Amino acid sequence: MTFEYKVQGGDFTHAGYASSQVKKMLKQLGVDNTVIKRVVVCLYEAEVNIVAHAWDGIISIVLDTDSIFMKLTDNGPGIADIEQAMQKGYSTASPEVREMGFGAGMGLPNISANADRFLITSQPGKGTSLEITINLNSIAV
Amino acid sequence: MGNIGKMKLEEICSALNGTMVCGEDKAYREVTHAFASDLMSDVLTVNCNSLLLITGLANMQTIRTAEMSDIECILFVRNKSVTPEMKNLADELGMTLITCPLTMFRASGELYKAGIKPLF
Repeated sequence: MTFEYKVQGGDFTHAGYASSQVKKMLKQLGVDNTVIKRVVVCLYEAEVNIVAHAWDGIISIVLDTDSIFMKLTDNGPGIADIEQAMQKGYSTASPEVREMGFGAGMGLPNISANADRFLITSQPGKGTSLEITINLNSIAV
Repeated sequence: MGNIGKMKLEEICSALNGTMVCGEDKAYREVTHAFASDLMSDVLTVNCNSLLLITGLANMQTIRTAEMSDIECILFVRNKSVTPEMKNLADELGMTLITCPLTMFRASGELYKAGIKPLF
């Protein structure tokens, strides 16, 4: 099964809608709760990142019998130094984003900790792409 | 105030002079642990069932973060107000929202004294 969601930069009112839909779907399919939580934490952090940093983005979900693959591609400023962005505590978030309870430099490390496979690529001035895979039949991170 | 280490949501509300904004029909639910933070990324790192979130951050992302974290009750401190949009979403998700006039430190202290445990 494949699904696609559009995400609008700056729209904090609707941030989390795609993650919420995916959570409901996985619950309906009877996926283990621990695995669902890892999926939605990854997806929600990544969705909020698009809202916080990019102009817009697309979330593509490919749901297989034994894994979920999530690709988030945005049009935005991109990340010049990915290694630095992956460090806990590093953030370029605006004061507005911090007021929403994010922007403490924990999102990407959080995704990395919960994903079975995580790939991040970026072109400064164009945008960022995240590829996250989680095995649905494994509980341990 | 109920058994040590376990409190019903209605007991929490009354102990903190709070108001139950929504989810009154689930006031019988019990919590054993609480986590206090205004940083949603911190909340997304915790892993516990029957957890109460204590926060001074009142916006839509507080509700969404609780949803992603399987948290069924949020206690808003410092008289933070819940918007109709937040209430609607919480209702839809079956959450209980409580507001109270106490500071986060005071609310956490009262619940700790009553036996609610920290996560770590």
